[in-house]
Amino acid sequence: MSILVIAEHDNSTLKAETLKTVAAAQAMGGDITLLVAGSNCQAVADAASKVNGVSKVLLCDNAAYEHQLAENMSLLVTELAADYDHIVATALTTGKNFMPRVAALLDVAQVSDIIAVESADTFVRPIYAGNAIATVQSLDAKKVITVRATGFDAVATDDNASIETIDTVCDAGTSSHVSDELTESERPDLGAASIVISGGRGMQNGENFSLLEGIADKLGAAIGASRAAVDAGFVPNDMQVGQTGKIVAPDLYIAVGISGAIQHLAGMKDSKVIVAINKDPEAPIFQVADYGIVADLFDALPELESKL
Amino acid sequence: MKVLVPIKRVIDYNVKVRVKPDNSNVDLANVKMAINPFCEIAVEEAVRLKEAGNATEVIAVSIGDKSCQEQLRTALALGADRAIQIEAEGELDSLNIAKLLQKVVEEEQPQLVILGKQSIDSDNNQTGQMLAALTGLAQGTFASEVKIDGDKVNVTREVDGGLQTVALNLPAIVTTDLRLNEPRYASLPNIMKAKRKPLDVKSAADFGIDLSLRTKVLKVTPPAEREAGIVVETVDELVEKLKNEAKVIS
Repeated sequence: MSILVIAEHDNSTLKAETLKTVAAAQAMGGDITLLVAGSNCQAVADAASKVNGVSKVLLCDNAAYEHQLAENMSLLVTELAADYDHIVATALTTGKNFMPRVAALLDVAQVSDIIAVESADTFVRPIYAGNAIATVQSLDAKKVITVRATGFDAVATDDNASIETIDTVCDAGTSSHVSDELTESERPDLGAASIVISGGRGMQNGENFSLLEGIADKLGAAIGASRAAVDAGFVPNDMQVGQTGKIVAPDLYIAVGISGAIQHLAGMKDSKVIVAINKDPEAPIFQVADYGIVADLFDALPELESKL
Repeated sequence: MKVLVPIKRVIDYNVKVRVKPDNSNVDLANVKMAINPFCEIAVEEAVRLKEAGNATEVIAVSIGDKSCQEQLRTALALGADRAIQIEAEGELDSLNIAKLLQKVVEEEQPQLVILGKQSIDSDNNQTGQMLAALTGLAQGTFASEVKIDGDKVNVTREVDGGLQTVALNLPAIVTTDLRLNEPRYASLPNIMKAKRKPLDVKSAADFGIDLSLRTKVLKVTPPAEREAGIVVETVDELVEKLKNEAKVIS
């Protein structure tokens, strides 16, 4: 059995989530090939060759894949798929974008966002915002799978696989990249951080998010937000944790001024330890919090920062 | 330009679902159903394109049993011009839905298809991309802004690191993110008017597509319950617990 895993990267660094996706692929059992498709991405291929459990890295370096547009990526992956039984990508926005397109081109169903592997054809995935867990068997000959990285532990990176260059150019010519507007941050990536502190509507405005920054700096934490905070314009949407935002499962999640709606819990309830700071003792967040403190966040946050 | 908006009837987003005791699925009997929130945003965007003079006709389509006509009427009340129900019983997966929608696209020849990025029940996030693949059209997924620009559409997408803008040749497929717009409420006069708008019913079986499921749900279980935690009185106590009991900070 052979598995093709598509690497998540930004043309310069391999994303940490790929290491967890490789772990999921290992659980499926088989020979793993890691595909690095991008532009000027030799450094990513070098990093990919060190990933344990990977027997070969395919490097496809062409301007057509610079922004990993779904139209081009899906044609490339579909062409390569002939040699593989499983096609696996990380359920981040890039993978979510092109993988269903691959599945449709191969005429197979896709199993999205798996959190566990039961066997080579049976996977576990959350549905209904994580309020139910489905065990799903794929009946297709080829399996197209996206992996929720927080469900798996990263593999180590001290291996040395061979890198094979392929020069397949797939350019659908139907779409083009115009611009990126990326959020600059010194803090750890939200999806990969071991500590996350998030603010909700209770923060009242964007300036007050600075109250979280001092704590985040002391703990080395990433800062997240609820949908209410994003919709109110306090912070940009890429900070949103929840069913429709990012799924996180850090060691410590601190929810500040967040009531704990179903859609928010879907994105963080697998965190190891949850702390809630809220002045409403009835807030649903207290039902999942390991440690709760009923207090005004404007008193509690400065005090917490000073005590860390 | 014609805009096609596929919509889905799902459990209302505020309802806490219960898993059936036999672990076959979640219990949807007597549960409040509604139009999927992302689909509502898709309808709103299509109606706004029409109001801005970019679209001439908005067609809502839904696949399912007769009950999804209720959601199609909602879409008509929100401003869609006509609706199509594709009558289908039982479970369908995203690929089946995409194949049926492909037939509708071939028949109606819309310039733009706007779908929600995911349904809040199955959480698959697949149908729009699959439809784009089957029709060979470009896709702009997770859209937070849609701008028609001649024979192209510029779509600003919500991606992990921020925003990305792509230009797509028309016709194209767009899937909506929550930030795209704020859907309007249907007024009572519009709800009344919607009752007289055309709603065609077609049978999924007539399309001659193999709609067998390629995945089998073996079981559905409730998620692991988190144990109830404790409420601490002071910030000092909180820091102490995190350091010494939970050992998550040093």
